[in-house]
Amino acid sequence: MTFLFYLAGAIAIIATFAVIVQTNIVHALLYLILSLLAVAVIFYVLGAPFAAVLEAIVYAGAILVLFLFVIMMLNLGQHTRDQEKGWLTGRMFLAPGLMSALLLGQLLNVLSQVDQNMAVTRVGVMEVSALLFGPYVLAVELASILLLAGLVSAYHLAKR
Amino acid sequence: METIPVEHGFVLAGILFCLGLIGVLTRRNVVFVLMSLEIMLNASGLAFIVAAARWGHAEGQVMFLMILTLAAAEVAVGLGLIIQMFRRFQTVDINVLSEMKG
Repeated sequence: MTFLFYLAGAIAIIATFAVIVQTNIVHALLYLILSLLAVAVIFYVLGAPFAAVLEAIVYAGAILVLFLFVIMMLNLGQHTRDQEKGWLTGRMFLAPGLMSALLLGQLLNVLSQVDQNMAVTRVGVMEVSALLFGPYVLAVELASILLLAGLVSAYHLAKR
Repeated sequence: METIPVEHGFVLAGILFCLGLIGVLTRRNVVFVLMSLEIMLNASGLAFIVAAARWGHAEGQVMFLMILTLAAAEVAVGLGLIIQMFRRFQTVDINVLSEMKG
C-alpha cells in the first residue's frame, strides 16, 4: 500500500506537469483525467474509499466531460494549436516557475517541522454520511443551493 | 498496519497546487486557466483527505465533498462564461479581455 501511494503520487505529478505544458487541448484533458484518477488511488490508499469513488465519478466523470463538451462546442482546431505553440515559450515559465518554487519552498519549510506517521485507518461511507446528515446538514443544504445557483447562472450565461 | 509519513501527503498536495498555480500564471488560453484552477482545487482537497487520514476523522472527507461541490459549480459558471466570451470575441485568448484597461 505504501508503494502504491508513492507510485500514484509520481503518476499524478507527471500527468499534472504534462497538463500545463501541453498545447493540444484534448491531450491536456486526457492527462488531467489520468492525474485525477491517480489522486483517487491515493485517496483509497489513505483510507477514504468514499472520497476516491466521488473523485472518479464527479471529477473525472462529470466535470471533465463538461470540459470536453465545451471544447467540442468551441470547435478549436489547428489554428488554436499553432497559436498555443507560439505563446508557450520556455521564457514564459521562468518567472511564474520561480515564484511557485519559492512558495513550494516555504511550504516544505513549514512541513519539515511536522514529523508524524499516519496509521491508515479506514473511514468508510457510513461515518461520513452520519456526519453529513447529522451536524453538517446545514452545509449540505447550502451546497445544494450553491449547485442550483451554478445551474441557473450557467444556463443564463450559455444562452444566446 | 503500515504507515505513510504525513508530510509526504502534504508535500504531494503542495507540489500539485504549485503546478496548478504555474498553469494559471503562464497560460493564455482561458480553457487551460480553468483546468489549472481545477488542479489547484483538487490539490486542496487532497490536503484535507491527508489531514483526515492523519487524525482518523471523517470531517476531512466532509470538507472534501464541499470542495467538490464548489468545483462543480465553479466549472459550470466558468464554462458558461467561456462560451459567451467565444461568441463575442471569437477567441479564447484572455489578453483580448483588456478593454477596460484595468
